[in-house]
Amino acid sequence: MQNTLSQKYQDGLIAYQNKIKAVAAEEMVLNLGPQHPSTHGVLRLELITDGEIVKEVIPHIGYLHRCFEKHGEALNYAQIIPYTDRMDYLASMNNNHAYVMGVEKMLGIENDIPKRVEYIRVLVCELNRIASHLIAIGTYGIDIGAFTPFLWCFRDREHIMNMLEWASGARMLYNYIWVGGLFYDVPIGFEDRCKEFVAYFKPKMKELNELLTDNQIFISRTANIGVLPLDVAINYGCSGPMLRGSGLKYDLRRVDEYSVYPELDFEVAYAKAEVGSIGDCWNRYKVRIVEIEESLKIIEQCVEKLTKEHKRTKEFDPRALCPKKITPKAQDFYIRAENPKGEVGFYFIADGRSDKPFRIKSRGPSFCNLSVLPEISKNVMIADLVAIIGSLDIVLGEVDR
Amino acid sequence: MIFNTVKQLLIEKFGEAVIVAEEANQKQPALIIKSDLIVEVCFFLRDHPQTWFDFLPCLSGVDYGVEQQKFGVVYHLSSIIKNHQIVLKIITDNNRDEENLPTFKSISSVYKAAEWHEREAFDMLGIYFDNHPDLRRILLPDDWEGFPLRKDYKTAENYHNIKIDL
Repeated sequence: MQNTLSQKYQDGLIAYQNKIKAVAAEEMVLNLGPQHPSTHGVLRLELITDGEIVKEVIPHIGYLHRCFEKHGEALNYAQIIPYTDRMDYLASMNNNHAYVMGVEKMLGIENDIPKRVEYIRVLVCELNRIASHLIAIGTYGIDIGAFTPFLWCFRDREHIMNMLEWASGARMLYNYIWVGGLFYDVPIGFEDRCKEFVAYFKPKMKELNELLTDNQIFISRTANIGVLPLDVAINYGCSGPMLRGSGLKYDLRRVDEYSVYPELDFEVAYAKAEVGSIGDCWNRYKVRIVEIEESLKIIEQCVEKLTKEHKRTKEFDPRALCPKKITPKAQDFYIRAENPKGEVGFYFIADGRSDKPFRIKSRGPSFCNLSVLPEISKNVMIADLVAIIGSLDIVLGEVDR
Repeated sequence: MIFNTVKQLLIEKFGEAVIVAEEANQKQPALIIKSDLIVEVCFFLRDHPQTWFDFLPCLSGVDYGVEQQKFGVVYHLSSIIKNHQIVLKIITDNNRDEENLPTFKSISSVYKAAEWHEREAFDMLGIYFDNHPDLRRILLPDDWEGFPLRKDYKTAENYHNIKIDL
């Protein structure tokens, strides 16, 4: 398969095709995916295997490509928000938040946003972070043969989905955080429901830890598997739990101190040598577990603020600051924020004349996190490869955009 | 400020000619680098103890419009240790002929993260990177025609006899 492009620009493709042709007699090319549950979506991996040993992994992505960037050039800034939902569809709120912060900073209105709006944004983002991590943990369990945690995680996630549906009207793709404000104020009684959820969920986390985190079978499957050294992680642009799982205490919520995160008290989770070695699958998993607990802390603090200091008033209008027409000055701007998967970034080029971006590029954390897979899965067993893919926690909607 | 430090260091190391232009009045100031030197500049900035740009979060190919006849690549570098960021750009003229793609040097020897980002820029904008270890399309199929993010892109009518209906 080649296109009409000049031969001199196709050397990469030809080299790849020759490599597949030249696979030695005792080796085998094995196709994993795209329709395979353990690849977490439509990821296709081409494995060059020697018996049970994986010699090389060649990821093929793009099965879920929906031209986010091309669409972005044809839509105005407010209309792009629903498209950001569909990037990392398990953490839509976080994507909305990052994108909206970028546009607000370009307009220069980021300091005018009312505190109540900011606290609601952080509250829904952290709820969504828990939901995303629950999927990561649940599906990771199922990848390596533990079925029960999957059901437990989805049961608990359903509570969050219901709450966010109550607030925004949609179950997964919210379009809730708008430039300059919010779609609506949270419904009456939302804060109490959050409190109830936290009280309900804390013991469930304990159960989950007993069932999975400290489970000897689980540890044997994940500890010392897929070790990602810190320097490799940084060089490959890994971020989020991948980077923290390699032992670096680096969280953009603390580094950039955006929104109201500086006012909130939480710890950054990172891998400590507990089981196995730092940077292995278990550590990446554990970072997510700790992050859920930290997110619960943040939710409690947000609810506290939203019921006392910044409580609901009749005059409060979350749309008061939403601009009718968004036309930023001519500029380039890159915004980054901490998504459950890592650093989500948007690069805007505004030409200053139109209400549409001249160019918008999105940096999906899963995209960079996935690119390290060929590096850390050399000479592993096929079953371990599945454990490694699960520990990356990729969302193909964001890899392919 | 890190922007001036970087500028100073680069001029000291590579001479005045390394910086073609600068966009200093922006919220995120950018340096436009001589495109032949981008690999050396990235290497230097990554390993210099004052800058220590060890992390490449984002690399974007840009088509600056049909009238401009220009293509560029924008590098967002970030330092985890020092917590600062810089934007580097390289720009080249190109007449949009498919026989003559805009060509830059690949920085994947400096940052492995650039490997997939450069493949994406090649895929979407037809920007070719010299010395890239594995430059082929990444998101689109290998036999796709044209580069969708170019401003003059025309949607194909068929793909393998499947009608593309918009």
